[in-house]
Amino acid sequence: MIAQPIPPVVIPEVEARIEVDGSSRPVIVLYWGTSLIWLTIASIAGLISSIKLHSPEFLGGMEWLTFGRIRAVHWDTAIYGFGGLAASGTLLWLQARLCQVRLPYRNLLLVGGVVFNIGLVLGTAGVLMGQSTGVETLEFPLWAMPLLVVPYVFIVIANFTMYFKKVTKHTYVSQWYLMAVTVWFPILVLSAEACTNLGAVDGVAQAIANWWYGHNVVGLFATPTGIAAAYYLIPKVIGKPIHSYHLSLLGFWSNAIFYNWAGTHHLTGGPLPAWTITLGVVGSLMMFIPVITIGINHHMTMLGSFHLLKTSPTLRFAVMGSMIYTLSSFQGSLEALRSHQEVTHFTHYTIGHVHFGMYGFFAPLMFAMMYYGMPRLMDQEWSSARLIRIHFWCTVVGMLIYVTAMCYAGIRQGLMMNDPSIPFLNIVRFTIPYLALRTLGGLILLTGTIAFLINFVRIITPHKYTWKTPTMLDTERDWKKLVELEKQSENGGTK
Amino acid sequence: MSRTFILAFGIFLTIASSITGLVIIPNWQFQALKPVVKLDGTRYPEVYFGDQARGREIYIDQGCIYCHTQQVRMKGYGADIRRGWGTRRSVPRDYLMDRPHQLGTQRMGPDLASIGARQPSVDWHAIHLYNPQLTSPGSIMPRFEYFFREVRSGEAAPADAIKVPQQSNGVTHIVPTDRGRALIAYLKRLNQSFPLPEANQ
Repeated sequence: MIAQPIPPVVIPEVEARIEVDGSSRPVIVLYWGTSLIWLTIASIAGLISSIKLHSPEFLGGMEWLTFGRIRAVHWDTAIYGFGGLAASGTLLWLQARLCQVRLPYRNLLLVGGVVFNIGLVLGTAGVLMGQSTGVETLEFPLWAMPLLVVPYVFIVIANFTMYFKKVTKHTYVSQWYLMAVTVWFPILVLSAEACTNLGAVDGVAQAIANWWYGHNVVGLFATPTGIAAAYYLIPKVIGKPIHSYHLSLLGFWSNAIFYNWAGTHHLTGGPLPAWTITLGVVGSLMMFIPVITIGINHHMTMLGSFHLLKTSPTLRFAVMGSMIYTLSSFQGSLEALRSHQEVTHFTHYTIGHVHFGMYGFFAPLMFAMMYYGMPRLMDQEWSSARLIRIHFWCTVVGMLIYVTAMCYAGIRQGLMMNDPSIPFLNIVRFTIPYLALRTLGGLILLTGTIAFLINFVRIITPHKYTWKTPTMLDTERDWKKLVELEKQSENGGTK
Repeated sequence: MSRTFILAFGIFLTIASSITGLVIIPNWQFQALKPVVKLDGTRYPEVYFGDQARGREIYIDQGCIYCHTQQVRMKGYGADIRRGWGTRRSVPRDYLMDRPHQLGTQRMGPDLASIGARQPSVDWHAIHLYNPQLTSPGSIMPRFEYFFREVRSGEAAPADAIKVPQQSNGVTHIVPTDRGRALIAYLKRLNQSFPLPEANQ
């Protein structure tokens, strides 16, 4: 069971892959590692915001920690810190592997990763000090944005370079999505900043630009990366091809065309021309097409291989992600309907939905990528199966508590708000137990993240001993055993 | 190579079309909007100046938007008007001076589109911001005590001091700081009661 790292097997194709992985190691480890630190920071910020809502006196009196600031920090660090870095690491690693070329511009990408992190720190500090721009999802002060945008340009260049140098003749489905992300994300950020914070458009057109961006940063950045990961991991782990090539084609283009237009449903009932909202509702409903086709492709590929969920950590997170992609997208499309929005628009329901998508779909797929990629990058196995199990179950249970509490409370809250005979403060009082339940859910999610972080730190530090075979979920592997062995060998060495 | 070009160009087209359709075209539509001149010669909406403008910046930096909207939905869609949050629905012209917009998407607290009309009293706003429990028991709004100087019993209260209804920790009066005064000026200015003709269409 326990042995020193096995020497690489000499098969030309595998050797080439080892070389490709080796070339990308420092960059990917930097991106994924720091993404987990930002996930922890985002979770703590989220937890503080959550506690403040049922106990407003918690950490009161400190202006920099007031709800409106820490709440903005929560979302920005989650989407740019965790999302941005985890997705960029995934993008670079997958593209290098699928093109079978060494990762280009490694030093540039390393510097970019460091600069991106500095940008995140400064942006967060800016918001905490009260320099938020006031545009949701683009709160970071303008002066911090170049530090996020320039490194991303490096990633775009590296991505295209790999794509044009690729050795493989075939283009994989995942590569379409990765290509799409690199085209979309810079355009999204630059045009949204231009329209809102730089004032290219006025008044309520800013609000549309804001929500065009706010919805698309999830839909055209997080979602395609998540789908690319699922398209790569599910067939790879179970060793079967994707169910239907043609469906994946339909899924990709319908997703690309319709998701773009969905953002204005965030402004239903607002002071805007009705046709802009209608476009958003239509776009959201048309999303059934890509969601169903992508769903069929992922779930039909899995059919007959569900027993592997017992053992493979990668597959478990990937399948969780792809299943919740289907569910949360159905929820989202229905939510866009005007009759639905009349009740749930300004309530906790929306927050529940966001977390269902981000923590039920996107985050598990990024975790799956890391569970699959890290042993290959580091030439070491995950040291503890127990910590992986803790991470998985905390993610599932914490997310379900969070989402159920918020969605249920949101519907009740919305129905009560539409009944003017119920005083507003009674509605606030009604939501408090559910807000407390959310804190519990958030606490469980944070526990899972910390378990993952411990495992991650163990896998990136060089060890004398490692497991010889991949760490499966149904084993009792624990890193303490490895530590004991190391100590024994140290004592033995002195004898 | 040519297939790659088609892929990248197609991807680019999807996003270019949506920003044109959703942002650029509506923006053209709004270019024609101008403030209306009222009978007394003043304009609606008026630019934010002085304390109001500074107050708006404080509203933004404190993140009020995460709990409060500034938009009233039309009659028959939700109960915004019946709750007394406004006398008419909000329309694009109401937001001509708003850079950046603060429409908001969350109502953990009530809508503020016309809070200046609902609560015209400076004292009410000061006490509410200082400690929301004093005016709205059970509220989950944070305290903004750092916008006020506390005057304790035994100290001489200045002329502009506001009396606190319930003493706690010996605080009898509060005096808004410059920032507190600015924020209150902004909140008092929020008022969409002027009957714009297009709001009744």
